Amino acid sequence: MRRLCVALGAIALAVSAFAAEIPPSDRRSGYDFMSRETRAMQDDDTANPGMLSVLEGGTLWTRKAGGAGKACADCHGDARTSMKGVAARHPSFDAARGRPVNLEQRINACRVDRQGTPPLAYESRELLALSAYVARQSRGRPIEIAVDARTQPFLDAGRATFHRRQGQLNLSCSQCHDDQWGRSLAGNTIPQAHPTGYPIYRLEWQAVGSLQRRLRNCFVGLRAEAYEYGAPELVDLELFLMWRARGMTFEAPAVRP
Amino acid sequence: MRLAAAVVAAWLTVGVAQAADSIPQSLTGAKGDPARGRTIVTNRHVGLCLLCHSGPFPEERFQGTLAPDLKGAGTRWSEGQLRLRIVDSSRINPATIMPAYHRTEGLVRVAPAWRGKPVLTAEQIEDVVAFLMTLKD
Ligand code: HEC
Ligand code: HEC
Repeated sequence: MRRLCVALGAIALAVSAFAAEIPPSDRRSGYDFMSRETRAMQDDDTANPGMLSVLEGGTLWTRKAGGAGKACADCHGDARTSMKGVAARHPSFDAARGRPVNLEQRINACRVDRQGTPPLAYESRELLALSAYVARQSRGRPIEIAVDARTQPFLDAGRATFHRRQGQLNLSCSQCHDDQWGRSLAGNTIPQAHPTGYPIYRLEWQAVGSLQRRLRNCFVGLRAEAYEYGAPELVDLELFLMWRARGMTFEAPAVRP
Repeated sequence: MRLAAAVVAAWLTVGVAQAADSIPQSLTGAKGDPARGRTIVTNRHVGLCLLCHSGPFPEERFQGTLAPDLKGAGTRWSEGQLRLRIVDSSRINPATIMPAYHRTEGLVRVAPAWRGKPVLTAEQIEDVVAFLMTLKD
């Protein structure tokens, strides 16, 4: 009896630690919290500023580069078929590095290993353009993150970061995005933090930006030390967020306020 | 002797109970300035209060809906209770989302610019408390 009680207590604790996770049927994209005008901007390719980046990425896709004199298209052919669904399953495990890599890192790995060119800087115009172009090929597809024994520890690390109180304001991501979504933070509706549309065009930035840029914004908001671009902790967090959004529809390039 | 011990124990318990829900003494030894307190409360980069709270501030267009309205806070709470709630709300509700405004220990990965500094100084806390005490209805 005593042992049962202890076991039940442990289960109750474990459940309460994550009790706040949003049930699948209640999950909503940031899109659903936006004004009608902003949604219309995302939906219309001729009005969506992210499409300029996609177009530029299309040009880069076929441009020969580096010592190997090869373009992305020389290996991957028509991105509309070869890249379908790819962004919707990143971060994904990279055997060579022994850990998950995000889309930008995958693109840079191709540049370095196969094209013989230096990697593109995070948030550079070209890297955003190439990732926007690749991500566009997953629009309308469900997010599918494969979790197995190799990726599980990284997923767990990302989840721990999401639930860790941090910064001078001592808040966790989960306290806002699991518990308070839909409420108003000084006039901004708190979304559920599903990374369904990255890279995005953000009105506040007046620019296209990556998921890591968005995540770093929230760290800064907590007055916490933001991880550097490409840091394993950020990739693990991306992995957890994409897994948390599994089954949701990919919508890059999204527009966000 | 036994009685004395009981009395001391009772007195201690009362003392602790009071301390648990209130910080009766001013942090600076002086009274705060309610006008300065109002400026702190409504400044979203200093007090940050209106990120989460709403209150009787008709000129502030964007107010939060994550926390109780501050209207009437000076009627609901004593000065000492308000002081404790601003200094460290987690001493009342460990799961609170309200930041501890005058605590620097037990925090994780604080950005370098803020490290070792509380959100508000002792003087600012007293100003905020003095202002909240004016919110009588
Ligand atoms: C105090 C509340 C709060 C906390 C804590 C917080 N966020 Fe946010 N987050 C927001 C708000 C508000 C937005 C919407 C921003 C806007 O539109 O200005 C947002 C947006 C996001 C988005 C974009 C969602 C989309 O639709 O594109 C992601 C992803 C995100 N946050 C992740 C995080 C992570 C990871 C953490 C922890 C490191 C975190 N947030 C902590 C309030 C918060
Ligand atoms: C990130 C959110 C957040 C911020 C910022 C915040 N609070 Fe709070 N506050 C809360 C919540 C939530 C409660 C409700 C009690 C609880 O959950 O701990 C609360 C409770 C209170 C209370 C007692 C409740 C009542 O009946 O009025 C007072 C007073 C208060 N806060 C004042 C302030 C002041 C003043 C500031 C700024 C200096 C501030 N708060 C900043 C979230 C916040």
